[in-house]
Amino acid sequence: MRLELREVSRAFPGVAAVDRLSLVVGAGRIGCLLGPSGSGKTTVLRLIAGFERPDAGEILAGGEVLSGPGRWVPPERRRIGMVFQDFALFPHLDALANVAFGLRDSDSGMRRRRAQELLELVGLSAEAGRLPHELSGGQQQRVALARALAPRPRLVLLDEPFSNLDADVRMELAQQLRAALVAEGATALLVTHDQREAFAIADEIGVMRAGRLEQWDAPWNLYHSPATRFAADFVGEGSFIQGTVLGPGRVSTELGVIEGQLTSEQPVGTHVDLLLRPDDVIHDDDSGLRAEVVERAFRGAEFRYKLRLPSGTPVLCFVPSHHDHAIGERIGIRLDAQHLVGFPRG
Amino acid sequence: MDSVNPRAGPAIAAILVALPMVAILAAVIHGATGADPALWAHLAEHVLARVTLNTAVLVVGVVAIAVALGTSLAWLTAACDFPGRGFFAWALLLPMAMPAYVLAFVAVATLDYAGAVPVALRAVFGEGFAVPAIRSTGGVIAVLGLASYPYVYLMARGAFLTHGARVLEAAQSLGLGPWSGLFRVAVPLARPWLAGGAALVAMETLADFGAVSVFNYDTFTTAIYKAWYGLFSIETALGLALLLLVFVAVALALERLARGRARYTAADAGLRAPARLALPGARGWVAFTCASAIFAIAFVLPAFVLARWALEVAPLDLDARYVDYALRTLVLAAMAAVACLALAVVLGYATRFESGRLPRAATRVATLGYAIPGTVLAVGVVTVLGGVDAAWRALAGGGGLWLQGTVVALLFGYVARFLAVAHVPVQGGFARIRPSLEEAARSLGLGTRGLVTRLHLPLLGAGLGTALLLVFVDVMKEMPITLMTRPFGWDTLAVRVFEMTAEGEWQRAALPALVIVAAGLLPVALLIWRMERAARTA
Repeated sequence: MRLELREVSRAFPGVAAVDRLSLVVGAGRIGCLLGPSGSGKTTVLRLIAGFERPDAGEILAGGEVLSGPGRWVPPERRRIGMVFQDFALFPHLDALANVAFGLRDSDSGMRRRRAQELLELVGLSAEAGRLPHELSGGQQQRVALARALAPRPRLVLLDEPFSNLDADVRMELAQQLRAALVAEGATALLVTHDQREAFAIADEIGVMRAGRLEQWDAPWNLYHSPATRFAADFVGEGSFIQGTVLGPGRVSTELGVIEGQLTSEQPVGTHVDLLLRPDDVIHDDDSGLRAEVVERAFRGAEFRYKLRLPSGTPVLCFVPSHHDHAIGERIGIRLDAQHLVGFPRG
Repeated sequence: MDSVNPRAGPAIAAILVALPMVAILAAVIHGATGADPALWAHLAEHVLARVTLNTAVLVVGVVAIAVALGTSLAWLTAACDFPGRGFFAWALLLPMAMPAYVLAFVAVATLDYAGAVPVALRAVFGEGFAVPAIRSTGGVIAVLGLASYPYVYLMARGAFLTHGARVLEAAQSLGLGPWSGLFRVAVPLARPWLAGGAALVAMETLADFGAVSVFNYDTFTTAIYKAWYGLFSIETALGLALLLLVFVAVALALERLARGRARYTAADAGLRAPARLALPGARGWVAFTCASAIFAIAFVLPAFVLARWALEVAPLDLDARYVDYALRTLVLAAMAAVACLALAVVLGYATRFESGRLPRAATRVATLGYAIPGTVLAVGVVTVLGGVDAAWRALAGGGGLWLQGTVVALLFGYVARFLAVAHVPVQGGFARIRPSLEEAARSLGLGTRGLVTRLHLPLLGAGLGTALLLVFVDVMKEMPITLMTRPFGWDTLAVRVFEMTAEGEWQRAALPALVIVAAGLLPVALLIWRMERAARTA
C-alpha cells in the first residue's frame, strides 16, 4: 500500500533527527533510505512503525493517517511489518513459530499453512523446527523477513538488514530478499548506509543527510545525475574537476572542452565543479592527455588507479588489469562522459 | 505501557524495606531523651565493649579464613590441574547448602569434651590427651569460616576464569613463572572480586545469629535477642540494632566500592577454557588431599552425622508435630516467595518502562535488605507494626495487637530481607529481553497484554522460577526473624533447630536440620548446573 510522509519532523534533545521530510513510496514499490550513520534514516523507520511519535507532520499508509495532528495509531494496530537490524527473533520459538507469531486466523491449520508458505518462499522449509540460535545469520534474517511478511502487512520496513551479516553473502541475500518482497507484492522501505545494497534491492532511493532528504530518485539517476554535491559524493566514487560553462552542453576544463548533456544548465561563464565518475575516464595509450599514477589498487579484473592531472586535481579510473602501470608513471587518458554534472563553485 | 502504571510500585517496595530501619532510628532518637539512664550505663559498662570486641574479632577472623580458603581453592580448581579437579570445582560449592548454625551444632556436638571425636581420641591416646576446646573464639571462627568460604570461592573462581589464562600467558611471555604470575598478576587482578566476596562474608558474619548462639559467643545479634527476650528491654535492643546497622553500613560501602571497581576491570566477554597449570605427581596429590579435607569437613562429614542422628531419632521424634513444622515452614516460605517475586516483577517492569531516576533509586533502596541482619529487621518490623497498632488503638479504640504477632509481621520481615534475592534473577531475565524483541512483537500486532503473556512470561520464566526457589529456600533457613516475630505456635523447622540446640539436644536438632540442608541443595544444584553449562558452551 502506498506510503506517504508529509513534512515529518522529529527532534531529540539537541538534534533534529528528522527535519520536514516528505516522501512517497508507491504501492508495491521498494524504496530505500541511504545515508551515513546519524543522518536520521533509522528514526524515519521508527516513526513509520510507530515506535516514535513525530513532533510535526503526517504519516499515511494506503490513505489512512497513522500519525498526525490529533491522530495516533499504536504500532500494534498499524499492520506494518519490520525486519530489525538484530533480527529480533523470539529466542524461545522455532523458526515456524516465529513466522506464525503475528498471524491472527482463528484456525491453527491456516496459520500453520501460511507460515510454511512463507518459510518456503525464503527457502527455509527444512529449518522450520530450528531455534534461532541454531540458524546462521543469513537464515535468521530470512526468518525475520518471513515473519514480517506473514500477516500480509500494508508495508514492510527493513532496518539495515544486512549489517550483521558477512560481506560475501550480502549480495546474494539482497537478491533473495528483493525476490521475496516482489513475490508477496509488498510495499517496502529499506534503510542502509551501503549503496550496493540499495542498488540491488530498491526501485527508488532517497539520499539522507542531517534529517533531510537530498534526493529521491531511481538508482540509475542517482548515480548519473546527482542533484546535490553531497549525493554525488556519497553515492558511488568520483572526483570533481574545475571548469567553465561555454554554452549549452559545453564546458571548458583542463582536459579540454567537454561536450555532453548538462543535467542542470548553468549560464555561460559560470565556474563549475564537474563530476567525473571512474567510468567516465578511459585509459587510452594513444591519447595526448597525460596523468600521473599516484595510487593503484589491484581488484582482480581491473585496476583502480588514482591519477593526478597536471593541475594537481585527482581523478579515478578503472582499467582492465592487463594494463599494469607503476606509481609515478604518466599514462594517457580520454574522457567519455555523456552526462555532465556540474555544481556552481562558490 | 499505558494501561499499567508501575510508578508507585518501586516506591512502595523501597518504603517497605526502609521503614524498619527508619523506625529503629526514630525510636532511638525518641527514646534517648526519655530512656532510663541506669540502663544505658549498665549497657555501656557490661555489654557494649564485650559485644563490640567479640563481633570485631569474629568478623576479622572469619573473613581471613574465608578469603584464604576461597582464594586458594578457586585458584586450584580454575587454573590448575590435579586429580579430581573437575569434581572439586563444583563439589566445593556444596557447603553453601549448609546453614552456619547447622555446621556449628554438629561441630560442637562431635568435638566438645564429651563428643564422639575427643572420646575416640582419648580412647586411643589415653585419658591425658588434650583436644583443643571447640567452644572457643577459635572454634566459632573456624566454623563460620568453613561455612562462608564458598562466597569468596565463587567470586574468585569467576575472576580467575575470566582473565585467568590470557593474562597469565601474557605474564609468562614477559618472563614471569606460573606461581609468580599468580601473586603478581592473577590475584591483583581479582582483587575487586575478592574484596566483594570478603565484604559479603563480613555481612553474613555480622548477620549470623544461629551459629554464635550455639557457641554461646555473644555478638550484637545475640545481644539484641537477649535484650529483647531476656531483659525485655526494647530500648537496649533498639540501641544495639542501630550500632550493628552502622557496622553493616561500613561493610556494605566496602562491597559497593569493590563492585564498582570490578566493573571497570571487567575482562572481555569471551570466556575461554583456560590452559591449566598441571600439578604433577606428589604436588597434584597434595592439592587433592587439601580439597578433599575441606570438602569432607565442611560438607560430607556433617551431612553424614546429621543423617545418622536423624535416622536414630526419627522413630521417636517424627510425629504429627513434624508435619505441622514442615507445613508451616512450607506455607511461610511459599507466601514470602510469591510476595518477593511479585515485588521484584514490579521493580523489573518499572526500571524497564519508566525513565528517570526515581525507579532506579527506589530499586536500590528496596534491594538493600539483604545486608540487614535478621535480628535488626525483626526489631524494626515489630517497632513499625507496634506503632501502627498503637495508632489503630488510638483511632478505633479497644485494645490488643492487630498486626504485631501475626503472620503479617513475619512476611514483612521476610520480604524486606529477601526482596533483593528475588530481584537479581528477575532483573537478569528482563535484561535478556532486548528492546527490539518487544518492538518486533508490537509490530506483529501484540498489545500490552499479549506482550506480557506471549513474550515476557515465556522469556522470564526461568528467572521467575529461580527467584521463587531462592527466596523459598532462604526463608526455610531463616532463623532470627522467624524466632523474634512469629505468632504464637508458628514454629518452623529452623525454630525447632534453635530450640533443640539451645537445650543441647543435638540429635533431635538433626532431623529438621537435615530437611533444611536437603532443600538448600536445590539452589546450589541449580547454580552448579548453570556454571557447568556456561563452561561447556565457552
